[in-house]
Amino acid sequence: MVSIEPSRSRDLDKLLLRPGNIVAPTFEAGAQLREDIKEYVRILVVGAGGLGCELLKDLALSGFRNLEVIDMDRIEVTNLNRQFLFRHEDVGNPKADVAAKRVMERVSGVDIIPHFCRIEDKPLDFYNDFNIIVLGLDSIEARSYINSVACGFLEYDADDNPRQETIKPMVDGGTEGFKGHARVIVPGVTPCFECTIWLFPPQVKFPLCTLAETPRTAAHCIEYAHLIKWNEVHSGKAFDPDNPDHMQWVYSEAVKRAELFGIPGVTYSLTQGVVKNIIPAIASTNAIISAACALETLKMVSGCSKTLSNYLTYNGVEGLHTKVTEFVKDKDCLVCGPGVLLELDTSITLKKFIDLLEDHPKLLIAKASITYRGKNLYMQAPPVLEEMTRSNLDITLFELMDKIPEDTIHATGLAGKGETKQSSLRKLRVVFKGLDGVTDVDMAGGA
Amino acid sequence: MYCLFFNTKMIIRSFSIYLDVCRIWGEQGQAALEKASVCLLNCGPTGSEALKNLVLGGVGSITVVDGSKVQVGDLGNNFMVDELSVGQSKAKCVCSFLQVLNDAVKAKFVEEYPDALIETNPSFFSQFTLIIGTQLVEDLMVKLDRICREANVMLICARSYGLTGFVRISVKEHTVIESKPDHFLDDLRLNSPWPELKSFAETIDLNTTDPVVHKHTPYVIILVKTTEEWVKNHNGSLPSSREEKREFKDLIKARMIAADEDNYKEAMEASFKVCAPRGISSNLKQIISDSCAEVDSNSSDFWVMVAALQEFISNEGGGEAPLEGSIPDMTSSTELYVSLQKIYQTKAEADFNVIHQRTRDILKKIGRDPDSIPKATMKSFCKNARKLRVCRYRSMEDEFNSPSQSELQKYLTDEDYSSCDSTAAGFYILLRAVDRFAANYNSFPGQYDGGMDEDISRLKTMAISLLNDVGCNGTGLTEDLINEICRYGAAELHTVAAFIGGIASQEVIKLITRQFVPMSGTFIFDGINHKSQLLSL
Repeated sequence: MVSIEPSRSRDLDKLLLRPGNIVAPTFEAGAQLREDIKEYVRILVVGAGGLGCELLKDLALSGFRNLEVIDMDRIEVTNLNRQFLFRHEDVGNPKADVAAKRVMERVSGVDIIPHFCRIEDKPLDFYNDFNIIVLGLDSIEARSYINSVACGFLEYDADDNPRQETIKPMVDGGTEGFKGHARVIVPGVTPCFECTIWLFPPQVKFPLCTLAETPRTAAHCIEYAHLIKWNEVHSGKAFDPDNPDHMQWVYSEAVKRAELFGIPGVTYSLTQGVVKNIIPAIASTNAIISAACALETLKMVSGCSKTLSNYLTYNGVEGLHTKVTEFVKDKDCLVCGPGVLLELDTSITLKKFIDLLEDHPKLLIAKASITYRGKNLYMQAPPVLEEMTRSNLDITLFELMDKIPEDTIHATGLAGKGETKQSSLRKLRVVFKGLDGVTDVDMAGGA
Repeated sequence: MYCLFFNTKMIIRSFSIYLDVCRIWGEQGQAALEKASVCLLNCGPTGSEALKNLVLGGVGSITVVDGSKVQVGDLGNNFMVDELSVGQSKAKCVCSFLQVLNDAVKAKFVEEYPDALIETNPSFFSQFTLIIGTQLVEDLMVKLDRICREANVMLICARSYGLTGFVRISVKEHTVIESKPDHFLDDLRLNSPWPELKSFAETIDLNTTDPVVHKHTPYVIILVKTTEEWVKNHNGSLPSSREEKREFKDLIKARMIAADEDNYKEAMEASFKVCAPRGISSNLKQIISDSCAEVDSNSSDFWVMVAALQEFISNEGGGEAPLEGSIPDMTSSTELYVSLQKIYQTKAEADFNVIHQRTRDILKKIGRDPDSIPKATMKSFCKNARKLRVCRYRSMEDEFNSPSQSELQKYLTDEDYSSCDSTAAGFYILLRAVDRFAANYNSFPGQYDGGMDEDISRLKTMAISLLNDVGCNGTGLTEDLINEICRYGAAELHTVAAFIGGIASQEVIKLITRQFVPMSGTFIFDGINHKSQLLSL
């Protein structure tokens, strides 16, 4: 009789080591599965805030060993009531660094690499390294960016079916007060973030004339102080929402304005909330949503149960309501679809091509950087890369693409019109005209 | 001196830490949390995670009760124990981790098994505001529930079990003044303006030729005047059919003198508010006619105020609740908006004064100090009169002995779920069956490797006899689901525990702050497809 060592994953083992009937078709129960998850699965957590901290803990305790986390923020005092990995002495330090350190201290064997930077600062290859990307973010722009990156890896075969090996799944969570959502995005299979962008209505912005002439609410007074008065008084000096003196100034100006118009309700906490556009978040909702996301991640990786299909909403305001909605893909989606088709002459230079993207009505990408099969054709920044790739500008794209008549390339840059421009990545299907072997151009467009 | 300094520091600290949450449950809610004393029974991941969220939120004191020692297996599902804790008291380890999260919280632990306390020391529980009982078997929950009801201590039970679990609140009665619903019709009285609002509207000429004045007339005034005109031309009735509502909108549209008049656009969008039924909602009717509204010296402040509200509605209110007194933001000149705000506020203040006086009279009549209910509480009560909520929970003993048979059968055969592999009602039955199983065989089905087939057939027998006991048939309970429960073998997975514990903590916050509406019935978690359900049994 060999004495059995007590398993550290006692509870998880029941789910991973035993066969079941309500599981994914790919499920292969056994110790090998558990070890494979430890050894080979790499997960990126985007965001190390309220959701990110919970996600790192949940994933570390779900058998994953290779985690990375990316976040550009530093810890603030107001984070401490829900971001349980941070202490008072951590204030001012990068969230990603501290979160990674704290989880590694407590869960032995887990390895977490922190990245203290903007998500746009990482090369696309960085994101391709992970099996699943889990999002714990509070901004639509950041979600949209990561979504476009993950969908950018997706390739379609000749029949316009997604190539399995190019699918980069995402799990996305979000909360606001007592409400939240968790969703699973399998690009090419389930709707991507952009397919259902209407779920996130744009922020209400107050018209400037209301702020300047007919303020009625406390928020109007605060925004007046923040957007108009600040510039009048401190011409040229940028307002810094993290500077308490700046915040205090806006608060006292807002109070003055409110008094002038007889409007009640301006408080310091409201001022912070309005100016920083803080979505109020609480620990319990973050915990619930993160747990749902981590569970879905485990199920997707292991097949030990069914996967959420595909959007869970949670509302604890009046009683408790959860709902699963199966949204459908937008087959014309610019982001997760087969890509925008561009028919080009073989003589077009990279520079001309970049100009073309700016004017293309569907794309409108200004100052694009171009990559092809992981190779930088032209990078707008940083300066070193720009200099290195500048000489490509006068070379034809056809040559840069090794004279392959039809292929996918990626463009990143600011897309959209006027005020709504944001960092985006677009997948482009380039087809060169007038070459033998490319007869059916329509097919490539994915009719 | 030291003490003073310490306190100031604490105030400043908690102010900045809780800035965010104060926007959700306010300073009063925060104060209630800081006064509360919460006891956790069993500190596995479900309980530890629930308590963690409360400690972060700033609950006043916590007491962790658990008699077990940390095992190696606990390291894989509980973040609050680590390598060094193996062999030590689990309650102690969890407690010290939680203390580090927030040093303002008073954290204590008791190294004892909850069952021992429930059996031998029931008075232990009366010192707490609320008990969170986790991973307790049915028999213990019933006993604990009896103790808590007797001692007037709130109870919430939570259990994680494989990919399923439940959360159940048990409180005799929970009354809510600030239910803070997401969507609630503004209290504008557009179709029954009181004299002051009416005469204010009369001072404004909608036919003004000054375009600046015209586009800055608030929609409330536009609607009050248009409604008055409509009623005059329609024998005193409001627009009711779809056709009439469209006509009403056209009437507003016809008054526009420029395309960019946002106030008129708002008036059209808000025109449905004109049709808001007069009088009080059925929910409020039910509350004021509740037998608790006949008050005596034992009545709670809430019911005393309801008694006053009842009197107000049938006298001064003329069938209406006191006016809420706030108006939404709308396109307007600042001057008109502020005047309008004042008119609503003044009326609300007058209604409040009546209720205030009536409450004092009632208090006197039942032999209590007429000033014993704080004015601020009464203000809030009046402002939220239309949104009052009363939640009552069946005792667990009643539910377990005689769950509503028709409800249960309905859930078991629910068409929305019959196509799924799992149903919440199926899980409900099986989660109860595993406790019967454990009582008989001293372990949960599938808890240990080997003998799985035997456990499956034994669990099936248990589940069917349980269904028979409550008068239901076994449809909705599939072999696959029974199999699945045995596969779980009572595992407490971290993610499921964090989910269930998270929900428990959220409900605790609602119960303690007396804000928002706590869930009713039993929440059954379905981790397979997330089609969780609230069962009212």
